[in-house]
Amino acid sequence: MSLLYVDRVIVRFGGVTAVDGVNLLARAGEVTGLIGPNGAGKTTLFNVISGMQEPTGGSVSLDSVDITDLPAHKRAQRGMARTFQRLELFGSLSVRDNIKVAAELAALTNVNSIVDEMIERVGIADIADRPAGDLPTGSARLVEIARALATRPKLLLLDEPASGLDEAESDRLGELLRTLAATGLGVLLVEHDMGLVMKVCDVIYVLDLGQIIAHGTPNEIQHDPKVLEAYLGAS
Amino acid sequence: MQQLLTFTIIGLSTGAIYAVVASGLVVTYTTSGIFNLAHGATGMLAAFTYWQLRFDWDVPAPIALFLTLFVLCPLFGALTERVVMRGLQGTTEVVRLSVTVALFAFMIGLANWVWPSDSSREAFLKFFEGNSVSIAGINVSWHRIITFGCAILVAIVLRLVLFRTRMGVAMRAVVDDRNLTELNGGRPDRVSMFAWALSATLAGLAGILLAGEQQLNIEPLVLLVINAYAAAIIGRLKNLPLTFLGAAVLGLLDSYYLAYSDESWFPQSAFGFSLAGIRAAIPTIVLFIALLTRPQSRLRAGIVRFREETRVPEWSTSILGAVSLVAVVVAISGMLTRSNTLLLLNGFTMAIVALSLVPLTGYAGQMSLAPLTFAGLGAIAMAKLPGDGNIATFVLAVVIVAVVGGIVALPALRLSGIYLALSTAAFAVLVTKLVFNQKQTFQSGNIAVPILKIPFVEIDSPRGRLILTATAFSLLGLLVVAVRRSRLGRRLIALKDSPAAAATLGMNLTRTKVAAFALSAGIGACAGALAGDKVSPQQYDFTQSLPVVLLAVVGGVGTVGGALFGGLLLGGNSVLASVVPSLKNLSKILPGTIGITLGRNPSGAATQTAEAFRVLKGRWNLLVFIGAGAFVIWALTAADVLSHWTFVVTGVVWFLAVAPNLPLVVASSSARRATAVVYLAAGLVITAAIDWSTALDVTGQRLIAIVILVAVIGLGAQRIMESGPRVRADSPDVIGLDRDFSGEEIERAERELRVVIR
Repeated sequence: MSLLYVDRVIVRFGGVTAVDGVNLLARAGEVTGLIGPNGAGKTTLFNVISGMQEPTGGSVSLDSVDITDLPAHKRAQRGMARTFQRLELFGSLSVRDNIKVAAELAALTNVNSIVDEMIERVGIADIADRPAGDLPTGSARLVEIARALATRPKLLLLDEPASGLDEAESDRLGELLRTLAATGLGVLLVEHDMGLVMKVCDVIYVLDLGQIIAHGTPNEIQHDPKVLEAYLGAS
Repeated sequence: MQQLLTFTIIGLSTGAIYAVVASGLVVTYTTSGIFNLAHGATGMLAAFTYWQLRFDWDVPAPIALFLTLFVLCPLFGALTERVVMRGLQGTTEVVRLSVTVALFAFMIGLANWVWPSDSSREAFLKFFEGNSVSIAGINVSWHRIITFGCAILVAIVLRLVLFRTRMGVAMRAVVDDRNLTELNGGRPDRVSMFAWALSATLAGLAGILLAGEQQLNIEPLVLLVINAYAAAIIGRLKNLPLTFLGAAVLGLLDSYYLAYSDESWFPQSAFGFSLAGIRAAIPTIVLFIALLTRPQSRLRAGIVRFREETRVPEWSTSILGAVSLVAVVVAISGMLTRSNTLLLLNGFTMAIVALSLVPLTGYAGQMSLAPLTFAGLGAIAMAKLPGDGNIATFVLAVVIVAVVGGIVALPALRLSGIYLALSTAAFAVLVTKLVFNQKQTFQSGNIAVPILKIPFVEIDSPRGRLILTATAFSLLGLLVVAVRRSRLGRRLIALKDSPAAAATLGMNLTRTKVAAFALSAGIGACAGALAGDKVSPQQYDFTQSLPVVLLAVVGGVGTVGGALFGGLLLGGNSVLASVVPSLKNLSKILPGTIGITLGRNPSGAATQTAEAFRVLKGRWNLLVFIGAGAFVIWALTAADVLSHWTFVVTGVVWFLAVAPNLPLVVASSSARRATAVVYLAAGLVITAAIDWSTALDVTGQRLIAIVILVAVIGLGAQRIMESGPRVRADSPDVIGLDRDFSGEEIERAERELRVVIR
């Protein structure tokens, strides 16, 4: 079943076409990867999906409902949550309160137990009472994931969650993503760490210059000549 | 036809002045991201300086002009940038705006001090006064022609500077991406400094031109800036041609209004309300429209990192604080003279107004420049609603104003940051000009707000009102604490820290902002509704709101204590002026001066004071030592060794200057420790050796002596113990561009990069 369906989305900034007719599909219970060189349009596409950027053309559907015209907060209420490439924690709140705000916004009951559950799941119990503004990048990324999860989303959008993590942390993140997918959550992952992407993704889309140039299983992508060319230049 | 043409020329020449001011505003905003509210005040100071040189000291006009515009103005602008604005990188918009408000207050105070209003002073003549030429049958003064010439010259020069010079290219680069410019070897700081110097010259030019038309008056010269805001906003704060067009339109509107408002067809009232205030409101209305037609501010990720930090207030300390505040007020109110009671009452009223900014500005990060406007509306509602001041009337008044606050906020909420702040300023000016001057609101200049009727308690004396207001502050403070600890409070902070994350987690930003505005308006309304006396619209004027905003931010707008500090400081400042007449002038520039230091301490004074004492938490040996010291001072007083005033002064110095430094003394290296101990002990002994009862004979002077002693002793000791040379504030990207790397820096870099040198 398709959870997220991106249909021929176009984004133009003045004369520049940042996203040029992208089709993309993410399923519940799967980790879908989105990779591409810097400036390929990945973050712009993320902004379109999460409602921070209005597309010039095309549509976005969640659970077969067209959400193209919905503002960001309504999309979140329908079960979408995201993290940010450049961290967007609530720096003056403690880590616990960051997660609490999210759970409260999702209008969940028994907020406190959900907060505790997320803290444990992501493994940040030791920093739970510190102000979020003081955290090193690696921990801050985990807090962003815990915060997004606390809204109990159906679809989780992760924008480069492994950057700033060391190898062990990155491995743990990979395991976490697999566990989450196993519970039926759909994950859309933008990431530069190819090891992680190849290990955890079920399907991978490759974006270059605003267009999808390939999609398929990790194995297929690794041997696709177009992908090699995009990453390594003309061969 | 003749009349139309005449007024068109007048309008265009006024517009030319607006254009010059507005272009200066645009130049600084684009290069430093700081919207300079004090821009008009700069022009005002320049006009006064020129007058001083040209008409009082009879310096020939070209020399006076050269000195003012090309020496003093650039110097002033560059100095402002270097000393005040540079520290503001990486702070919130609220702090940045407040600092320009401070500058604004400082400059007005300075002008009032140096050039007190004096009808006998030399007239400010136009350029070539009395000369005019006839164009198409209309007499146009040379001054007007020069004004046009200046505007055209400014337009050409700006165009050339921005597009043809190296500095101009650097300026535009800084606008696009400050960090990237720095990485490429540009020096954003120098560019900003140049921009501020240029902008001060533009402001000065406009000030001199306008003073020629309207004479030297502080207020019109300063408020000139509102017209300039409107023009600059029409130009979207970057487009200079559009800014010039907007300025022309504003000049024409004003001039045509002057020409036709007396005609019979011109409406004098609407819906029974007089339109008399509309002329003054025209630029504001244009500003409002220009703001509201701006596109919706987009959600953007990756905004500022905040330097401020606020802790969640604990219930125990909050309740203790509230109770002791009321107890202290009850205890000392019996000893105060009537006038001091009224001043303290005013301080608490202002503290409530400042408190209204805590949830809105402190928590939610939304700047409002109109807190007193809601207090004014609260006063009107309390006076006009039936019930003559019983509790139901009070509650109704507060609720009505809260609803008004929420509704008014709605259209403005599409905006953020500086645009939102300006629209609240526009709202404040509109209410002042169009609502407060109506027969229906303030008939005959003032209204009597009834005293709140509380069952079984009779309040009629100023003392009773003081206790009532202090109690109200305490209760509202607890309310604000409750909000901070609640779900709403967390949401407000989330909104401030990252709107993008808040929205993508499901927060309806508009609804949250409306809640913050309504809450703030409601608290503000309490201040007005509790006035319990005759009030005049001047008390709630927009210009009165600015010092409140400023001192709230100085006190620390993120905390209830900060609001109290700010409000009392505002009240205390007028006490200072009345107690020590010789310091009246100092009190004029005091709020501004304090505010200018915000760049160095963006969290506010209350937070910093609390921080200073937090280091003592759990250090029982030090606490015992401090207690013992206090006991010694008390014992010496009891034994009549120290006079009572010396007891007070020494006690304050002990607690505020010595105590917070103790942990640092213990922790620092032995050589520094010895110096610091000697310094602190010497300071304390000298303080105790002086008999302050006879050395100074006025209370106010003693208070000032205390402030100076605390600063000299406390900060001096801190400076002694600061280890090592101060760290250079330069970005690492700039090091090596201006000077060679030092050996130490090379070593550090090699260590960081793990380069092994053999």
